[in-house]
Amino acid sequence: MTNELVDFTLVSVALLAIGIYGLAVKRNFIRMLFAVEIIINAANLNLVAFGRFLPHAGGQTLALFSIAIAAAEVAVGLSLIIVAYRMYQNVDIADFRSLKG
Amino acid sequence: MADAAFLALTVITIGSAIAALEMRSLIYGSIALMGTLGGIAGFFFLLDAPFVALFQLAVYVGSIAVLILFTVMLVKRELIFKKIEDRRRKFAGIGLMLIIMVSLGAVFLDSGIKTITTDEPPVDFRDIGTNFVTYYWPALILMGLILAGSVTGALVLARREDVENDQRAS
Repeated sequence: MTNELVDFTLVSVALLAIGIYGLAVKRNFIRMLFAVEIIINAANLNLVAFGRFLPHAGGQTLALFSIAIAAAEVAVGLSLIIVAYRMYQNVDIADFRSLKG
Repeated sequence: MADAAFLALTVITIGSAIAALEMRSLIYGSIALMGTLGGIAGFFFLLDAPFVALFQLAVYVGSIAVLILFTVMLVKRELIFKKIEDRRRKFAGIGLMLIIMVSLGAVFLDSGIKTITTDEPPVDFRDIGTNFVTYYWPALILMGLILAGSVTGALVLARREDVENDQRAS
């Protein structure tokens, strides 16, 4: 293989950093969900890359589990967005004050 | 050294990840997110994992991105085009992003990962199927239950209590 493991890990680090930036800066609920998706994908890329270079089938199996669980997470997250939007007529998380514990 | 396909996929993936977070319109942002997810699927093809790549295309690009697009369309028009963020916080966020990128990247470049290369054939995807039905079968059943539970939970959460059945019909 011409591509090395460290190349894939560096791409994954870049995606993780972009996702953390999105979570830290954005106050729009939907955009924060985008950032979470990007972070999950960075993790999946790492799993498959390490599984290829070991080589071991466990990496791809775990990546498949992770993709399926992420799908469940997005379904619940989007329905929470819809409920919060219906209550506050806004997607700004600073407005969701009554959700504070 | 990385080849041209890898570099092109890197540009597409990271560029559209930044675009997804920074585009003014949420609709274009979610389309850019589709680019990121598709780019990751391309990386999976490069890593000789076609099964995971097709799963990624079907689940992420095919369903999750479309679900996000439909949710964005339910939001009011002026909210789709409004950017909600503080300027000072944005610079702090960019600083945090660069610190994470440089420090983690330096750690990876300095570690033993750099020397790992492989000439072995890729994992046969029949092994993944065998894994699923032998060692991981309890996890597979649990995953099915979690998926069913989350979809039911999402439906219950998004249900409107204030609309009566006769109003629904009209």
